[in-house]
Amino acid sequence: MKKKTILNVSLALGFSLVAMLAKSQTADDAIMMGKKQWCNGLTYMYSGWKNYWEGTTKRDNKNLGTVSTQSVMFMSTYGITNKLNAIVSVPYIWTHASAGTLHGLKGFQDIEMNIKYEFLESKLGKDGHLSLFAVGGLSTPLQKYENDFLPMSIGLGSTNLSGRLTADYQKGIFFATASSAFEWRSDVTIDRTSYYTGDEIHYTNKVDMPNQLYSNLFVGIRKPNLIVQAQLLNMYTFGGSDIRKNDMPFASNQMNMTSVGGHVKYFFLFLPNLAVVADADFTVAGRNVGQSQMYSGGLYYVVSL
Amino acid sequence: MKNIFYSLTGLIGLMLFTASCQKDVSNRTANLPALQSSNLDLNAGTWKPVLLSRPDSFAVAAPVATTSPLYVADLFEIKALQKSLTKDQENSIKYWAAGGVLRWNEIMRGLVAKYNLPVVASADGTYAIPNASNPLAYPLFPFTNPPYAARAYAYISAAQYDALLACWFYKTKYNRLAPYNFDSSVSAKFVNKSDLPSYPSEAAVLAGVTAEMMKLLFPGEIGNIQNIAVQQEQAAIMSGAATRADVTAGEALGRQVAEMFITRARGDNAGKAVGTPTDWANFVDVTKSQGLIPWYSLEIPQRPPMLPLFYKVKPFLFDSATVVSLRPDPPPAVGSDQMNKDVAEVKQYVNNVTRKNIGIVEFWADGVGTYTPPGHWNAIATEDFVKQNYSEVRWARNIALLNMTEMDAAIVCWDIKYHFFNARPTQVDPSIKTLTGIPNFPAYVSGHSTFSGAAATILGYLMPENASKYSAMAEEAGLSRLVGGIHYRTDCEVGLSVGNKVGSYAILKAQNDGAN
Repeated sequence: MKKKTILNVSLALGFSLVAMLAKSQTADDAIMMGKKQWCNGLTYMYSGWKNYWEGTTKRDNKNLGTVSTQSVMFMSTYGITNKLNAIVSVPYIWTHASAGTLHGLKGFQDIEMNIKYEFLESKLGKDGHLSLFAVGGLSTPLQKYENDFLPMSIGLGSTNLSGRLTADYQKGIFFATASSAFEWRSDVTIDRTSYYTGDEIHYTNKVDMPNQLYSNLFVGIRKPNLIVQAQLLNMYTFGGSDIRKNDMPFASNQMNMTSVGGHVKYFFLFLPNLAVVADADFTVAGRNVGQSQMYSGGLYYVVSL
Repeated sequence: MKNIFYSLTGLIGLMLFTASCQKDVSNRTANLPALQSSNLDLNAGTWKPVLLSRPDSFAVAAPVATTSPLYVADLFEIKALQKSLTKDQENSIKYWAAGGVLRWNEIMRGLVAKYNLPVVASADGTYAIPNASNPLAYPLFPFTNPPYAARAYAYISAAQYDALLACWFYKTKYNRLAPYNFDSSVSAKFVNKSDLPSYPSEAAVLAGVTAEMMKLLFPGEIGNIQNIAVQQEQAAIMSGAATRADVTAGEALGRQVAEMFITRARGDNAGKAVGTPTDWANFVDVTKSQGLIPWYSLEIPQRPPMLPLFYKVKPFLFDSATVVSLRPDPPPAVGSDQMNKDVAEVKQYVNNVTRKNIGIVEFWADGVGTYTPPGHWNAIATEDFVKQNYSEVRWARNIALLNMTEMDAAIVCWDIKYHFFNARPTQVDPSIKTLTGIPNFPAYVSGHSTFSGAAATILGYLMPENASKYSAMAEEAGLSRLVGGIHYRTDCEVGLSVGNKVGSYAILKAQNDGAN
């Protein structure tokens, strides 16, 4: 199946008050590389927000203007077997506020590694095809970047383990993918020796990071050289505090968001190993996150080893 | 099908395993050992108080005889409680056993962090002012910015010190044995037995004086504070260290001492420190009339300067003439060679951010939502005090010295800031972006440096073995403002030196209060 030579790069949604948007989204789709196929790519992303949710209250901030995050992400996927893929991504991120005086930050954020296993592939209905995937992921900071200068920090600094289940159904050229991942996040350390969050002061530099659930639904068409999909994404944080009125955001805030967007991937007929991808994603609801608009584009190249 | 089953169970197993990994974030001071005073400071009734004219300004009646049925009943109360302590009660005793002054200091810092949020701009671009007579309406009262916080810490700490000094006077006067020393069937639960007389109870004195002070300084918290005060008193009784009568007498004494401090606070000019639009405009006019560039707020919309008349607040360590005498030479004028050099240095730092520097900036930021620089120095001090095995009264005396120093440093610093009304680096060069929020008041001299210089000086006197550590920390606190882009080097160096001078007044006080 040609599908297996395609790599989804529906990247990074650029969702948050922080720049944790470099989350690789390749773990959440239903695309596999064939055995000994190796795909490498670079994606540029812009994400910006002017409004954000302070707890559940939406507001803007003239002392921030539009806070933007840009990144260039390198991603590499290798087909260990037709059913087992390894995915690694490394983003370089930089932040900027268009108003006020806060200084942007930049640097390599978190390396993310995923092992994706297609544990079921079967016919279902006339022309129908069902696949089920399990994905185990690990991400960890590449360096001890400043995580206590939100919203200008490039990340939150936790090491994360995730487990994901994905179901994909394709009938003819139409497909739907549903996926959900539970992410366990480690404590993080900040440069301060105390902090106030969740209605109390904490006399420690360790911050308990609540776990998260990521879910996504893709619907669209999938042909050998083209994928076009509409997408619905959700991030939910199990606990954490709200940003208080006119307070600064904090690493362990309850960051929830829902966004809608689209994703296109195209393989050139004259150069079938090269894929171009483009994404757009818009946050429609949130809590302690920015209402971001995200755009990204990238190029990927597949080789057979 | 089997494969699916194995994969699914494997995955679910992994998720359960990771989800169950313990996340263990606890406060550094959660499990401190019980206070073990190396010296009971039984002569503390003779030390020099801050406001009290005499240690017995407020009368405490003699306790009832130990043969009295009232006293026997009080012992029964303790014995009954000790028979069936719940886990929560045990934890409460252990918490307070580490030291009442310490715990109230931590609680205070929590309140300061809670209330340290600047009001959001109104739709018309103005800013509402917190109202002490309506503390629960937005904007909440108080806004615990650094001067407000410094003053709150000082009043509460100084009142605690005077109240404990009076407490110690009566303890030695009446010399009532602690319940666990009087009656062998009363145990010392989770506290170290000591020969400190128990009447009146020092825990209750602290509960009373602090709860009463909080009514003035955190009027929106009276209910919570009252609950905490009762817990402290109950913990003292359950531990076997105090009877109900010890507690009742202590709380009354504490509340009476607090009234003296509240009276002083109501007349110390802090209530007028916000100023009026006329006052704010006047600073601009005066600066312009000297041919200088006046400070302006870099917030959008522009916010009135923070507590510009705080310099008129009545200090604890010296008189108002001394405040003026501590004013340094003027800062370099905007446009002068020296100022251009200073600005270039700031710009060089923010254009070359290092991980080390930004770590220092955030460590010392002490901005919005924190306990402020004076609170930071309380944190530094208390973490070293716990190793010193002080008595409660010495704890109170040393914390009071620190916080009176910090309040007076705030007064002196605000006097300098509003006397010179000097621009921040970003005002002079808008391309300077900062690694922390720019405080909404003039640059010269750095508040962090003044607070830190003052604190390091008095703490270095109290714990000479740590003096060089404190002065290095104070220097780093000042440096953090330079590399963070919000202060010139001159602001920090002169601020540190002014702070040191304020601290030396505290040393003078400490040398003469009879506690050495």
